[in-house]
Amino acid sequence: MELHQMGVAELSAGLRNKDFSAVELSSTLLQRLRQAQDSLNACITISEEPGLEQARAADQRRAQGDSAPLLGIPLAHKDIFCTRGQRTTCGSKMLAEFVSPYDATVVQRFQKAGMVTLGKLNMDEFAMGSSNETSFFGAVRNPWDLTRVPGGSSGGSAAALAARLLPAATGTDTGGSIRQPAAFCGVTGLKPTYGRVSRYGMIAFASSLDQGGPMARSAADCALLMDVMAGHDPLDSTSHPQAAGRFSAALGRSVKGLRIGVPEEFFGEGLDPEVAQAVQEAIQWYVREGAEIRPVHLPNNVHAVSTYYVLAPAEASSNLSRFDGIRYSHRSGSAVDLQDLYLLSRYEGFGPEVRRRILVGSYVLSAGYYDAYYRKAQQLRALIREDFRRAFAEVDVIMGPTTPTPAFALGAKSADPVAMYLADIYTIAVNLAGIPALSLPCGFSKAGLPIGLQIMGNYFADELILGLGDAYQRDSDWHQQEPGWEEQ
Amino acid sequence: MVKRIAQLSRIALPDNELPQMARQLERIFSLVAEMQSVPTEGVEPMAHPLDLRQPLRPDELRQECLSREDLMASAPRAQDGLFLVPKVIE
Repeated sequence: MELHQMGVAELSAGLRNKDFSAVELSSTLLQRLRQAQDSLNACITISEEPGLEQARAADQRRAQGDSAPLLGIPLAHKDIFCTRGQRTTCGSKMLAEFVSPYDATVVQRFQKAGMVTLGKLNMDEFAMGSSNETSFFGAVRNPWDLTRVPGGSSGGSAAALAARLLPAATGTDTGGSIRQPAAFCGVTGLKPTYGRVSRYGMIAFASSLDQGGPMARSAADCALLMDVMAGHDPLDSTSHPQAAGRFSAALGRSVKGLRIGVPEEFFGEGLDPEVAQAVQEAIQWYVREGAEIRPVHLPNNVHAVSTYYVLAPAEASSNLSRFDGIRYSHRSGSAVDLQDLYLLSRYEGFGPEVRRRILVGSYVLSAGYYDAYYRKAQQLRALIREDFRRAFAEVDVIMGPTTPTPAFALGAKSADPVAMYLADIYTIAVNLAGIPALSLPCGFSKAGLPIGLQIMGNYFADELILGLGDAYQRDSDWHQQEPGWEEQ
Repeated sequence: MVKRIAQLSRIALPDNELPQMARQLERIFSLVAEMQSVPTEGVEPMAHPLDLRQPLRPDELRQECLSREDLMASAPRAQDGLFLVPKVIE
């Protein structure tokens, strides 16, 4: 196996045994990141010198006896995480020149663990999108088929992992932005329980829904990343006091006696038959290993998309009001007075999808409409959470597809925002409730596109669902398949 | 209507973009209109997944603080440690 094909756990062993150095490893991956840029466009920034500097420091730490498990292992961050001294764009013209004066807590935690940051990954603008086509820096392409989208908004992360450019990446998930691209690209991604991963320095989209999480090629690697990533952060007022966990220590569990809920609402109209079949077969694997299936109902899931497209834009319109063209964002050159400066800087700095969502948010929050939209959506959100509460009284986990279809073609949905929103129909309820969910590869369509299985858990069942994903991956090789993007 | 919301949002949407924005907003609002059919009387609105209380820290001086220069480094226009804006008082 070559260096770029190894996952986090294998690289950790290789570095420990001195089979290769962190500098050798990072140089190899930097070269791949550069070479892939023309065909995939996965990166917004490649951190050549700073990356090698960190790799040298990791080798030095090791020479001095440091044996931290992730020491010297490269990763890249979704460009929504602030990195000190290196630009953080959030995929937007608005922040194209922005250099953060501080590191996000997540960035800091990985740095402390000795991981090497090789760059910043492409994403939908301000994480608003399900295809990566809204990025100011151009769309990312899916390594399994360069004419298709990688999913979004963490599309750069998913594409880079699938193409074996990186063993690990960060993502964020507000309505499916880790899980949907993971499913589309055939990688593994965890949306943790709300409050387990710090949001400090993670540019806010919808604060009550946003959650950072790990993306890698296996659930076991995601667990190793979560060991470092999760933890209480006094700088984030929504960080949970019991956020930390021992995720990798919880792996290797038995499936026997597990109660799996399978909601019929996730297998209805609109679900691609190839996706349905692959997901059902994966669930049958658990049954063969001793799990039992129980039907559960999530009757309000049908309202999740509409609820989300009121609440998320409302929170976004408020969060994005900070971009005023004065303190750190794009500033229009043609404004004559202060009002004009706001109006023009925001028109020029935000792309069409972001503008659209800010307008929706301003509308649903405006006087006279608040009760009909915002308050109503908050009530539906409570009903959606109640659905999960009832279900988790009967079962340990809920399984279903991550997405209704495999990756769609570039441009296929970009003209109709609503068609794009409906691509998130199976992922959104999880964010509204705040529970954790994992997406992992469970097969391929006839056209050779990856299919994702989604495992949802109750609050703080992150360890459980990672363990279940890992159990499946010990007995399957979907996650080890490599796309042939270099030949396309 | 769209013009007013754009103004509320402080986004200078040019007149030739208003019709398309209006069509798209209409699509979005017809998607979310289905919410109104769900009976929600007496349901407590949910603002947040965790029922956490707003944490407070002791009101004490903190030593570590970002410098003014660092904080202003990304300002598009600044001078003498101040942000520059168009004239607001004649």
